[in-house]
Amino acid sequence: MDTGTNIIEIHDLTKKFGQITAVDSISFRVYKGEIFGFLGPNGAGKTTTISMICTLLKPTSGRATVNGYDTLKQRRQVQRVIGLVFQDPTLDDYLTAEQNLLFHAYAYGVPRGEREKRLDQLLELVELSDRRKSKVSTYSGGMKRRLEIARGLLHHPQILFLDEPTLGLDPQTRYHVWEYIHVLRKQEELTIFMTTHYMDEAENCDRIAVIDQGKIVALDTPDNLKDSMGGDVVILEAEDSPKAMLELKEKYNLSPELQDKTITFCVPHGETFLPEFMRSFQSKVVSINIHRPTLDDVFLKLTGRAIRDQEAAPWAQFRMMMRH
Amino acid sequence: MEAVFRATWVIAYRDLLRFVGDRPRLIGSFAMPLLFLIIFGAGFNRVIGALAPGVDFVQFMYPGIVAMTVLMSSLMSGLSMVWDREFGFLREVMVAPLSRTGIVLGKVAGNGVIAIGQGLIMLALAPIIGVKIDFILVLKLIPLLLIVSICLSGLGILMASRMRSQQGFQMLMQIIIMPLIFLSGVFFPINNVPVWLEVLSKFNPLTYGVDAIRQVFLSGNLSSTNGLPGDGGYAFGVTIFGHTMGIIEDAVVMAVLGVILLSLAIWSFSKQE
Repeated sequence: MDTGTNIIEIHDLTKKFGQITAVDSISFRVYKGEIFGFLGPNGAGKTTTISMICTLLKPTSGRATVNGYDTLKQRRQVQRVIGLVFQDPTLDDYLTAEQNLLFHAYAYGVPRGEREKRLDQLLELVELSDRRKSKVSTYSGGMKRRLEIARGLLHHPQILFLDEPTLGLDPQTRYHVWEYIHVLRKQEELTIFMTTHYMDEAENCDRIAVIDQGKIVALDTPDNLKDSMGGDVVILEAEDSPKAMLELKEKYNLSPELQDKTITFCVPHGETFLPEFMRSFQSKVVSINIHRPTLDDVFLKLTGRAIRDQEAAPWAQFRMMMRH
Repeated sequence: MEAVFRATWVIAYRDLLRFVGDRPRLIGSFAMPLLFLIIFGAGFNRVIGALAPGVDFVQFMYPGIVAMTVLMSSLMSGLSMVWDREFGFLREVMVAPLSRTGIVLGKVAGNGVIAIGQGLIMLALAPIIGVKIDFILVLKLIPLLLIVSICLSGLGILMASRMRSQQGFQMLMQIIIMPLIFLSGVFFPINNVPVWLEVLSKFNPLTYGVDAIRQVFLSGNLSSTNGLPGDGGYAFGVTIFGHTMGIIEDAVVMAVLGVILLSLAIWSFSKQE
């Protein structure tokens, strides 16, 4: 990975839909050749940000450059170097897989001599060669997603955007899609920019930007993000939560957080801390659990909420409407 | 310029490709014109009798029905755009390095070909109805059908450029189609009607398309050679301030309207995010 070159640069990018600020003055860079992840709950502004970088939405303010091209002033140059796989299918169901790919090849001006070879090669890669003459309406969800990935790569993009690439897929297909992504990155020397709200998928990224309510709250490698927790995560349930909280703060000098009935805190060395703790802790413990920090914990710490039990933010539905 | 051209052809290519596999649409565009021709023809032909020497009601109505087929088919360009938006394909189009103008022109071109094709298929009915057609007539007809198609595709896309659901578009189509058709002189000459009806009809772009197409058909079919347009003997010509419109004049009116509608459609489509 060449950390010296920025393939995407974002400066103070903001998008407002009426009174609602979907993306709030964010700035970041994506390095050439990395897998860059955008992690956040539904409605956090992930798709809106991607749409602005991909020229589909005009920013309210701020600017974005892709491969040195300005997304507003040099729209076509930007469009040529990016490939996209959206959350929702964007294939023509009434055409065959081959016809969908050919449309894309024509639209991007893929040279005639290269077209057939590239089609064969990509259909091979996503294992759809035997179904190339079938109408897309006969495809399963996973097959469609694979076809979209193949299509997104047809014109040799330098950056592949994957907006929730595995949303709605079964675990097996999800695993396959990830296999493709890793193979592709090697074969095509791609930079991959993806969004996800699956914590385990975010682990595949080189760097992750955690986004919440339109703002980037952290940006680092998954390991660094987890290290920033300061050790192992202890989740504790006590009979009297307030009393336990107080004891943890005063006696152990920890900074626990209370959500519903569970108390969460971090300690540097969990395995040696726990036996000693169980002996000396006065409050009555109902259950205790200790684990290495996950991105879920990171998200909880950064935003005070767990990603999985997020209700979609109020503007998420509005944004869904705007997207089409 | 290259981007406009590439967009035009790739969009037209895909619309044609798709049309080939879409039988309901093929049938759908014919259904209403045929229904009118058969029902109105059977119902009114004997009651009304000859409208001019050698022209009975069905023969009068028939050129209008051809125009109507083109109208139905052309407005579909809008429906196909709404469809693409609703089912996501429009996003694939919008992120491709294609000119937005070219995208609209591609829709018009693709639908133009389909509309002309469907209009010409209606010619198969001519012998049954007793209208003479020959090769020259068909040659004259094609550019007229094309102009009508461009004009109405422009209208269809203008309506569709911001529309998000097919239901909404269908509703709008229903509201627009009926007045367009009834006020276009397909079913009766608009020279002998109350003033309000005449005025409304003369503001309807389709009126001039129907008139031009009818003149092409009937100039070869009227028994009297005086029936040629502009000679004063052609009974159905649309008159504007006392001047009877000829084929070329009709075509110019349609073409100007077409350019206006198309420009508005391109403008509206390009401005969206």
